[in-house]
Amino acid sequence: MSVSGVALILFLTFHACMNVVALFSAEGYNMICEMLGANWYAVAATLALAALVAVHFIYAIILTLQNRKARGASRYAVSDKPAKVEWAAQNMFVLGVIVILGMLLHLYNFWYNMMFAEMANGGYAYVNDLSAHDGYGMIAYTFSNPVYSVLYLVWLVALWFHLTHGFWSAFQTLGWSGKIWFNRVKTIGYVYATVLILMFAVVVLKFALCGGACCTGICG
Amino acid sequence: MAKNISFTIKYWKQNGPKDAGHFEQREMHNIPDDTSFLEMLDILNEELINEGKEPFTFDHDCREGICGMCSLYINGTPHGKTATGATTCQLYMRKFNDGDVITVEPWRSAAFPVIKDCMVDRSAFDKIQAAGGYVTVRTGQPQDANAILIPKQDADEAMDCATCIGCGACVAACKNGSAMLYVSSKVSQFALLPQGRPEAAKRAKAMVAKMDELGFGNCTNTRACEAVCPKNETIANIARLNREFLKAKLAD
Ligand code: HEM
Ligand code: SF4
Ligand code: FES
Repeated sequence: MSVSGVALILFLTFHACMNVVALFSAEGYNMICEMLGANWYAVAATLALAALVAVHFIYAIILTLQNRKARGASRYAVSDKPAKVEWAAQNMFVLGVIVILGMLLHLYNFWYNMMFAEMANGGYAYVNDLSAHDGYGMIAYTFSNPVYSVLYLVWLVALWFHLTHGFWSAFQTLGWSGKIWFNRVKTIGYVYATVLILMFAVVVLKFALCGGACCTGICG
Repeated sequence: MAKNISFTIKYWKQNGPKDAGHFEQREMHNIPDDTSFLEMLDILNEELINEGKEPFTFDHDCREGICGMCSLYINGTPHGKTATGATTCQLYMRKFNDGDVITVEPWRSAAFPVIKDCMVDRSAFDKIQAAGGYVTVRTGQPQDANAILIPKQDADEAMDCATCIGCGACVAACKNGSAMLYVSSKVSQFALLPQGRPEAAKRAKAMVAKMDELGFGNCTNTRACEAVCPKNETIANIARLNREFLKAKLAD
């Protein structure tokens, strides 16, 4: 759980850095897309990533089932949640399911039209006459639909909650925590998750609000 | 000055682990607020016995916060809400108000089956302790007290972990029914001392294995346990147990 979680965070970090390029330069972004097309290494990395998600998800299901069994069948009539217990901590599984649903939508929007299209038909996206290498065009096309923009933002909020708990939880599980480091790791986790999610969200917002063209003066 | 309060008590009745159980309710009148919670239950039981009814069963022993025998989930919190950390036997009626409804439930967790009413079977904790919560000492002359020097800080930290009285409030509060705060406190009280080091790896593995075998859940770091622990054990102990456990597994 902790190891696969941390690996997923590292992937997200890479993905977020790559995405912000789209704020500045269409060519730069499409160069990255070209590099991550249907090459053997990009396909291998995608498969590894799918395996990571599978491991994380399957473990989550097994542990959640075990925990429900350990909790037992009888429920408290009155239950007073202590202030220390954060909402995200108690809802990691539900948040994770939202994240997975978002991921499926994301794969359909982008992966299916890019890497899959490239492998299947040599490079034509299934929407809007776009080339499978035109990641920038695909972003602009996807977020011109407000329904997708809102769904992506909901997805990102769920991921933020998942990460605010998941980050320090992973360090705790791996034993790298204590009375002093607990607060430090937790704070770093909140800052990290917030920066990461903002990096994703700002791309969605920019393309949703002005198709990527509006703030060229401000952001290059 | 003590004042008297009157309130409604709803208490859980259950005939053994298989029974579905139900609440019973009673008005309590003019209870002095310097009565302890358990003394209040004694008064309740005297009233019930005088009326020829079955008394309410609950666990207790020392009544001074050191044995870990008292339990009770009071108004949604194990041991009741005592901001400073205290057991049910150290809870006083001055924490309640005239006209309150006080709900008393047992620890509800699969590994702690109900024996009767609010008395639950916590022998699973003894089994975990027996699996490794000790140091092996040959009999013979005791060593001089100053033969092994221990920094004061370490001794204090180990003592803080050893104050865990094995009450099970941590399990009762946990949505996963996990015993990690208890087990980590018991592992820590030895791991922090030089006498505990020789068997540290074996202990961590044996106690965790026993805990899993007995059906306790997995820790997902929600921190409900440390919020309710009457001895203020912290999840820093859990991180230490994870460290000890991973080290032991990696060394294998
Ligand atoms: C981008 C995707 C994801 C990332 C970066 C991520 C990250 C993490 C991290 C770092 C942890 C803490 C691990 C630990 O404390 O041992 C965690 C825990 C968890 N995750 Fe995820 N996760 C992701 C997706 C998912 C998905 C799709 C699910 C499926 C339901 C899920 C369910 C859980 C559960 C149940 C926990 C256990 C709660 C805990 O130990 O704190 N996660 N995740
Ligand atoms: S850790 Fe605290 S709540 Fe858990 S058994 Fe020990 S004293 Fe009770
Ligand atoms: S009766 Fe001993 S701790 Fe409460």
